[in-house]
Amino acid sequence: MSVAPAEVTRPEVVEQVENPWITIVWNDPVNLMSYVTYVFMEYFRYPREKAERLMMDVHEKGRAVVSSGTREAMERDVTAMHGYGLWATLQKDD
Amino acid sequence: MAMLRPLGTREQGMDLVLEEVERELLMSLTAQLIDFVASEPAEAEDPLVALVGIDPDAAPSEDPALHRLLPDAFRDDEQASLEFRRFTERDLRDAKVRNAETVRAALERDGLVIHLEGERIPAWLGFLNDTRLVLGARLDITEDNQDELADLDDDDPRAALYGLYGWLTYLQETLVQALMA
Repeated sequence: MSVAPAEVTRPEVVEQVENPWITIVWNDPVNLMSYVTYVFMEYFRYPREKAERLMMDVHEKGRAVVSSGTREAMERDVTAMHGYGLWATLQKDD
Repeated sequence: MAMLRPLGTREQGMDLVLEEVERELLMSLTAQLIDFVASEPAEAEDPLVALVGIDPDAAPSEDPALHRLLPDAFRDDEQASLEFRRFTERDLRDAKVRNAETVRAALERDGLVIHLEGERIPAWLGFLNDTRLVLGARLDITEDNQDELADLDDDDPRAALYGLYGWLTYLQETLVQALMA
């Protein structure tokens, strides 16, 4: 049997707000430009214009930051991108 | 050649009209992708560990095609990538298998006129994309070598694979364009 702690402190929450994490999608030679745009609209619910701009950044600059937030949220986004077949990573936003 | 018939509104979906040889090819590809990406049941697996989807033996694949389907989540942190993989890779594999199973079920039920709507659409797109990623890795496709691949002699074994890749690209592009129209 365990006893619940009287007080739960979560200092990491403050740190996450101050240092958000980011999800980066990387260019690859197989994914279609149209499909990448579709994924950004479908998963992130971005309007077409924003989705297309991010897709063009991936295509021309080799990468784009597609979302930011807590580490847990970015882990979800990266997992979802991998589910769609996009090449994505997360990292701390320096 | 496969043809897509949009059915009015997005909710009504669309019909993908296949030839028999195309349907058989897609059936075969679903089976191959499932074989390729499905998790191997671990020996003497802890049922609780399996239940929550953790795979303590998960490791980055040395096969570039499998590694592309199941990539590292952190660019410069092997340890964090490995830990992430242990907690997520099984679910990711299962999701890719489910996509291929959804495609296979549609091919079995609908025959040559595949009705695409609802959950079938992301499953078809995901399956087509994963299969193209595998072929892309097998053919070592880059931004610069696709003209060269398109010009291969017919007796080069890569020519048939690149032909298949091109056909799947056409299917996926047609489907996405119809959805975005």
